Amino acid sequence: MQTDMQTTRVLITGGTSGLGLALVRELTRRGASVAFVARTAERVANVASESGAHGIVGDLAQKLDIHRIALQATGALGGLDVLINNASDLGPTPLALLGDTQCEDFERALVTNVLGPFRLTRALLGSLAASAREGTGSVVLNISSDAAVNAYGRWGAYGASKAALAHMTRIWNEEMSSQGVKLLALDPGDMDTPMHALAVPDADRATLKQPSAAAIELADAIADLLPAGRPIAVRRAS
Amino acid sequence: MIAAGEPVQRSVDSQLLHVDAAGRVRSLPRSSLIDLLQPGDVVVANDAATLPASLRGVHEETGAEIEVRLAARGSLAVDDVLRFHAIAFGSGDHRTRTEDRALPPPLEPGQRIRLGPLTAVIEQLLGHPRLIAIRFDHSAAEVWAGLARHGRPIQYAHMRPALQLWDVWTSIAAQPVAYEPPSAGFALDWQLLAAFASKGIVFATITHAAGISSTGDAELDRLLPFDEPYRIPAATEQVLHRACREGRRVVAVGTTVVRALEHSASRFGAVVAGHGVADQRIGAQTRLRVVDAILSGTHEPGTSHYELLRAFAPEATLSRADRALDEGAFRTHEFGDSVLIFAANARTGRDSCSPYTSRFLRAPDVLQEPGRLSPAGRLVGCTG
Repeated sequence: MQTDMQTTRVLITGGTSGLGLALVRELTRRGASVAFVARTAERVANVASESGAHGIVGDLAQKLDIHRIALQATGALGGLDVLINNASDLGPTPLALLGDTQCEDFERALVTNVLGPFRLTRALLGSLAASAREGTGSVVLNISSDAAVNAYGRWGAYGASKAALAHMTRIWNEEMSSQGVKLLALDPGDMDTPMHALAVPDADRATLKQPSAAAIELADAIADLLPAGRPIAVRRAS
Repeated sequence: MIAAGEPVQRSVDSQLLHVDAAGRVRSLPRSSLIDLLQPGDVVVANDAATLPASLRGVHEETGAEIEVRLAARGSLAVDDVLRFHAIAFGSGDHRTRTEDRALPPPLEPGQRIRLGPLTAVIEQLLGHPRLIAIRFDHSAAEVWAGLARHGRPIQYAHMRPALQLWDVWTSIAAQPVAYEPPSAGFALDWQLLAAFASKGIVFATITHAAGISSTGDAELDRLLPFDEPYRIPAATEQVLHRACREGRRVVAVGTTVVRALEHSASRFGAVVAGHGVADQRIGAQTRLRVVDAILSGTHEPGTSHYELLRAFAPEATLSRADRALDEGAFRTHEFGDSVLIFAANARTGRDSCSPYTSRFLRAPDVLQEPGRLSPAGRLVGCTG
């Protein structure tokens, strides 16, 4: 059993591959109204037609794209209850020691993993607070990593940016508690995704979690934070 | 007054003119707004985000430059974005005073206008060379993407820098349905909302499609504001009914909030949650049923916004306020200073704090038929 998401409006960044794509599929399967963002128009169109979700072409790292994304998401969904900041940048690939990391690679990781989520969340804060006032729930889920906590060598740009994202999430959650907006950062675990293959090309894929499994756990975590008392629907695939 | 020409929503030296129920007028820093409110007061704001409603393009028939400013649609529905009423201008841009802007090329039904990635078909002329009904030849998703990519916020000659969406979205901006920003809400930030919460001031919202403030044409301007769809959430209805029963004050942030709440209450006896279309004019003759005070920008006499203030204060008080605004060098227009006016007539007894009809009967009735827009009807009516 799980919370029905039929009235829940969700925006997912990085929605055309890996965990983001799995979240688009899982949340549309649960009946949520889903919009997603990704950079490549053709892939956005493919995922939109496969899933029925509302596709938005945009780049979280571009300041000018942020309000354009927010406009399309809130325009097409009529508001927003859940924002999932999932799009991430690894920093240098192959991964590199900090001393070997180009400043531009570090900067791109910070812009994509911290500044982009900050800007998008800020642009959508009015919609999220409106949902809290109106009792439809209001959750920002920021996708974190164990690299935000542990000092893994060669994960410096990514780990530092995810640590910043996680801390920003905690502070913002404190600040928005009086408005009923909940922000949390969760680590989905090591998944068999294109990003993981880029970071650890020789990983044994059999030991990695499937993104669809992580998406179910994250969707459950979101559902737990939405208002209780909604009708229960069993829609999950076996 | 001085035109505020920079897009700064909350400047450290913003001023507030406080007009109390006895008609006394005083100038304060806007940061003292919180001190003028009491625990239990209900502050209601318009949480509409602003559309990039100015679209530049080409009139296919003549190849002439055209600017189309979206001005109205029939509802707030997310897919009801194909048909709009719009104001059309010829060449030039916002840096030319609206009154001096060229007319668009002669327009006829059936003609097409290319607006960046969007194409619109002229469906109807609405009795004035600037006013047309258009239909986008696209899906709703394409319209949203096209507006995002090509649209710009509507702006006027007093504001030189080209506005970005973030300039015109209030802190609380949610569903994008306004054509110009509900700018009284620029005074709100998250710090102030947190202060409301800790002082026991209740904050609630409506969503109202705030319309354009000027067309550059006296005849058209007389029709403003056009009919404006709005939505009142159930949570706001509950807050207002409770406030009414307990005799607490309701402070509207902006003229659109007054328009929506008073429209709903005049129709149902008390504010009712749901969708509606505010089509009334508020002025000196209007008896306010819900709102006790208005926080607003500063407005020049003669505008529809100024007329609305007459419902709150008599002529003599407003004249005194006008003088204080001039003497205090208050800034006007959307990024200017604020006024907070408490209604002169203390409403000791309200007719009712509950609507006349049952919830079951009223909800569907409030829904607007898509496509029914009456600026056109009104204009055609008044010009024969």
